[in-house]
Amino acid sequence: MELLKQLAPDTFSQRLRSGELPLRIGPYIYNLQSNLAPVAEGIGTLYGDFEIAEPDEFVDYKVALVCNGVLQRLRGQAEFLFDNSNPFDTIPVDQAYAFLEWGMNWCVSLHTNEFLKLHAATVSRGSFAVIMPGVPGAGKSTLCAALGLSGWRILSDEHAMIPPGSTDVVPVCRPVSLKNESIQVIRSFSSNAILGPLSKETHKGIVAHMKADTHPDSHDARSLPAQAMIFPRYSRDEPQRLSRRRRSDSFVLAAYHSFNYSLLCETGFEAMKTLIESVDCYDLVYHDLDWAVKTMDALPGLQDRQ
Amino acid sequence: MNFLLQQLLLEPRRSLDLDNDQLNLLLSQARCSRLMGALALELQRIGADELLSPKVDRHFQSARLIHEKQKRDLVYDSDKIKMALDSVGEKLVLLKGAAYLLAGLPVGRGRFISDIDIIVPRHRIDEVEQAFIGFGWETGDIDPYNDRYYRKWGHEIPPLTHRKREITLDVHHNILPPTAGPNVDASLLFDQLIEIRPGIFTLSWQDMVIHSATHLFHEGEFHHGLRDLWDLDRMLRDFPERDPHFWEGLVSRAQELQLTGSLFHGLNYSQQVFNTPLPEGIVEAAASRPQMFRKPLMDFLFLRAFRPDHPQCELPLTNLALNLLYLRSHYLRMPLYLLLPHLARKAWMRRMSKEDGA
Repeated sequence: MELLKQLAPDTFSQRLRSGELPLRIGPYIYNLQSNLAPVAEGIGTLYGDFEIAEPDEFVDYKVALVCNGVLQRLRGQAEFLFDNSNPFDTIPVDQAYAFLEWGMNWCVSLHTNEFLKLHAATVSRGSFAVIMPGVPGAGKSTLCAALGLSGWRILSDEHAMIPPGSTDVVPVCRPVSLKNESIQVIRSFSSNAILGPLSKETHKGIVAHMKADTHPDSHDARSLPAQAMIFPRYSRDEPQRLSRRRRSDSFVLAAYHSFNYSLLCETGFEAMKTLIESVDCYDLVYHDLDWAVKTMDALPGLQDRQ
Repeated sequence: MNFLLQQLLLEPRRSLDLDNDQLNLLLSQARCSRLMGALALELQRIGADELLSPKVDRHFQSARLIHEKQKRDLVYDSDKIKMALDSVGEKLVLLKGAAYLLAGLPVGRGRFISDIDIIVPRHRIDEVEQAFIGFGWETGDIDPYNDRYYRKWGHEIPPLTHRKREITLDVHHNILPPTAGPNVDASLLFDQLIEIRPGIFTLSWQDMVIHSATHLFHEGEFHHGLRDLWDLDRMLRDFPERDPHFWEGLVSRAQELQLTGSLFHGLNYSQQVFNTPLPEGIVEAAASRPQMFRKPLMDFLFLRAFRPDHPQCELPLTNLALNLLYLRSHYLRMPLYLLLPHLARKAWMRRMSKEDGA
């Protein structure tokens, strides 16, 4: 088994350029290609501990972020390619790294349906996994990053993947996406945060990704049973609180946060029912990260499962 | 000239002999040709879904689920569209993908749709548009030039989008723009409709084939070219079983609609790429003398277009062929005295919008 960081720097950049860099990421293999410096820098910083798959393995997602041809070079534009075709508009080279990460999310959001997928960060402590669904801006990534820096294991910043009929979460650990003020918040929260390149002026503002696989078990592929579902919401104006939610409301809200609940039809309903019946559901309103992490550390039931 | 996707669509059992490299190539080709759903259903039909590695089949399974979802949504959406049309006393006539899926035809197996196409008589188009607006559909942001262009020179009105359902509805009144060479009398199409569900219709089998070919051979871009040709192949294999007189009237119907040129290309390339069984002599019967004369050149161009849009599928001069076909499509769609000002105006608009954006 070879890790990306074990490649000699020259070999790494050559393989990335020629698109011969298949990485094992959760249950998938992504093959990466790029001829852009910020992308090489980002992958080097954030994916060093990922395993390189064997050359003859089946690749799930072949992605590239490249600047091709004279026109793109002159304009400083690059494009995301999935299986050689470009599903999006071109973007400025400065935003390339953020775009690669979004493109990689998009692969799973659109093309994967063997799991019930929620738009959620998932974290675990011991065998205690927590699903945190949230709309963009709810503060789930910030909280996820802070937990990752406080001894929790990050299972995913973007997708909670539940095999239908189970209460398990399948880890698909990739860097955590931090936006705007969150970047400084996380830098001040811990000096251990390892951040990739800044992408400026994207449609979501400034974006930086944080290395997420810093826990000893980060690359353990086995799934973990979900014990709690927490709907985090960042709010400066409200008192901080952790409060129980009714399961029936949580069902509807989780379905709303799902990428493929309606696509899976009856299977989706049954999968969601099985999941919700087995987890405790909470709202978490916070503005102080330290308080939020302490509250998570003290979740009922967690101590027994450490 | 063969390529992997074409072989596997026709002989899905061969998927079991492929190594991982070939499977990767197959998935790439299927995805970029928008034939992932069709291939996935062909694999399932012969039971290959259970024999392939689950790591590979999960991608096909995902395509099957997306297709099932589109079918379910279409049942709902076509009922809503029918309600709007009922309110002005017009029939719902579905075209292309939506028709294939809702009619449950083999050509709809695994077919992905990106919008719903319908046709109404030209003289009813304003009333129909108003009805849709009343039922929650709206015209998106469209600049006045494009809007005028659609209404004056188009064979459809600007696409409508449903406020809540996020689907697009293309309302046609003909199958070719009035500027195109063939002058299609669209009223003929309404004489031979087939009712597929209560109050929901498609064109006749023959007209469906002729329409599909016409659409394909007037296109300027061929991102779905192979998929559309696969549609033709599936229809040409299926329809003769539904209607024993299918072949007899096909060429004369195309003549009546002035669309033999497209039918000729459709029959010719469906047979060349997918080995579609055709009655002897029918390709020649559909062809005009100049078409037979130009056939070697057209074969050179189109056989390059009907390949997956994938670097490993490119033949020598593929780009030149695609550029020539793009020019051909514009030339077919309108006379030069309209085309040149239109292209100049579009180039200017693109330039201006880029400068605005910068």
